[in-house]
Amino acid sequence: MNVVVCVKQIPDPSTPGQLDPATKTLVRGGKLVIDDSDMYGVEMALQLVDKAGGGEVTLVSMAPNSEVSGLRTGLAMGAAKAILVSDDALVGTDALGTAKVLAAAIKRAEPDLILAATESTDGYTGTTPVQIAELLGLPAITFAKHIEVADGTVKVDRQTEAGYDEVSSPLPVLVTVTAGVVEPRYPSFKGIMAAKGKPVDEVKIADLGIEAGQVGWGGARQEITDIAKAEERKAGEIHVDEGDGAEKVVAYLEKLKVI
Amino acid sequence: MPIATTWVLAEAAGGKPLGVTLELLSKARELGGTVEAVTWGGDAATVAPELGKFGATRVLDAGDIGDSLPGVAVAAALAARIGAGEGADVILIPQTYDGRDIAGRLSAKLDRPVLTNVVDLAGGDQPESCHAVFGGSEIVKAKFTEDGPRIFVVRPKSFAATESGGGAPEVVTIEVPDSGATNAAKVVQRHVEERSGPKLDEAPVVVAGGRGLGEAEKYSLIEDLAKLLKAAPGASRAIVDAGWVPYSYQVGQTGKTVKPTVYIACGISGATQHMVGMKGAKNIIAINKDQDAPIFSLADLGIVGDVHKVLPKLIEALQARG
Ligand SMILES: Cc1cc2nc3c(=O)[nH]c(=O)nc-3n(C[C@H](O)[C@H](O)[C@H](O)COP(=O)(O)OP(=O)(O)OC[C@H]3O[C@@H](n4cnc5c(N)ncnc54)[C@H](O)[C@@H]3O)c2cc1C
Ligand SMILES: Nc1ncnc2c1ncn2[C@@H]1O[C@H](COP(=O)(O)O)[C@@H](O)[C@H]1O
Repeated sequence: MNVVVCVKQIPDPSTPGQLDPATKTLVRGGKLVIDDSDMYGVEMALQLVDKAGGGEVTLVSMAPNSEVSGLRTGLAMGAAKAILVSDDALVGTDALGTAKVLAAAIKRAEPDLILAATESTDGYTGTTPVQIAELLGLPAITFAKHIEVADGTVKVDRQTEAGYDEVSSPLPVLVTVTAGVVEPRYPSFKGIMAAKGKPVDEVKIADLGIEAGQVGWGGARQEITDIAKAEERKAGEIHVDEGDGAEKVVAYLEKLKVI
Repeated sequence: MPIATTWVLAEAAGGKPLGVTLELLSKARELGGTVEAVTWGGDAATVAPELGKFGATRVLDAGDIGDSLPGVAVAAALAARIGAGEGADVILIPQTYDGRDIAGRLSAKLDRPVLTNVVDLAGGDQPESCHAVFGGSEIVKAKFTEDGPRIFVVRPKSFAATESGGGAPEVVTIEVPDSGATNAAKVVQRHVEERSGPKLDEAPVVVAGGRGLGEAEKYSLIEDLAKLLKAAPGASRAIVDAGWVPYSYQVGQTGKTVKPTVYIACGISGATQHMVGMKGAKNIIAINKDQDAPIFSLADLGIVGDVHKVLPKLIEALQARG
């Protein structure tokens, strides 16, 4: 079974985000890392291929600046190879444009199963994966908290408002995974060394038959009109508990007439 | 051109429209033009009067979609209607599990962009949406640059639900075309997780626990306190991922947005993704042993202390009051 995992490479989330006042978008650039949310997809894919007893895991990523460091993490975890779509024309691409690019790249790998995260850490539109499925003419099951594959069928426990649904689909299918679906492994030293030699196929949008007008700022057909500081909540009273913390809370709840 | 028609995807559960559906209908009225609600799931007749009360003048019903996923079926029905020249200028979709699926499918079918994570919307010929970024510390405003169906995916609790006093709307059946291979995923079995007490996104008081509780068993402190305050128990994602409590307890970006009168955060650090879901609470109480925890930056009352000491005392004090 061949599995493609969509892997987004993002600025390190532990360094605070910034908006560029000129272009009014997130400042990107510098070294990118693998989005934590996609570690679950990579791990899930590795386990499913292992269980199937054959096949390989291919990572697919789109990033404007030829960035591969996030992909290397996925390769170090055990993925066999990667496809990176990188092109200057991609700066400013929205979710639908991203989906068009990723769908075209994924097609090349002819996967039985495509995994993505329910939402990315920096963009969190959460629509890209379903858009990819629609563009590829595939079914999609989102919010998976458990996945099993057997006899060409995938069985998923899908998170719902009320609890969860068991959903089943024939392969090929796209599935988005929630955090917690599996415990991602840490890349081993051996894995990190091996990853350096694994193939990363870097392609331009023209190689995928995509025109510049479909992506980037123009393709997005939306504009950011303003960025403003939200009304700030002020910190109130801070009290160090000396055995009287509970009393403080009770008094506060009384004042609010909650009790 | 002014907005002539707005569609609201009227998600319902158990024969009742979700709260967010009523919020979206209320906002749709402000945009001007006709407000139509889109329903699916087979209970259109039951929910229609309520949808009318909040401003829907017509209900477009995709009907009982059986074991299909709404993402495929509802998007196909809407795309067909738009293709037939009976579309809408604005489509408001709730940011729920199914809402997001419908938005993604519809966007790709129509080749139209989507604006997601909308927390406010201003009317006009080209409506302007607000999006909370960086844990809600900054607000980004955006607009589409073209006419045609503008797809907005809106976070629950973004607008107030206000009645319009409208009567029961006409229910029109819309056809769900065959979606072929994309519709191959089928629901085999539905599971409902029991939850007692008030609903997380409706309760006036929410008591939420995080990793600072130390272990799953200690979540009972949250449940006990919640019961005494007639509150809904909630959680950070850290303890949902760890399997201590079900996903339906999660507050934050990927979980529920709550706006209670009081939110009590116990052993929660205050990550941006958590805060974006609860900073709309009227009053916030935080209990955390680290006085530099970010949660204190927006707490009205912060207790720097150990949850294992403060919570049992608090429970005891409330019990004593009877
Ligand atoms: C794409 C994405 C989406 C996300 N969505 C959400 C979301 O919807 N909701 C959400 O909550 N998170 C979400 N997160 C995760 C978020 O970033 C944090 O990891 C998470 O909120 C942390 O949970 P926590 O505060 O319980 O744990 P921690 O951050 O580990 O904090 C535990 C806190 O407990 C305190 N503590 C420890 N012991 C005690 C004690 N004995 N007494 C008192 N205090 C104690 C510590 O000082 C610390 O501040 C998301 C992350 C990503 C990347
Ligand atoms: N540029 C990208 N490269 C690879 N995968 C992506 C990219 N953008 C989005 N994805 C995938 O789609 C998921 C949802 O992204 P988003 O729609 O941005 O919330 C991500 O978690 C990834 O799995």
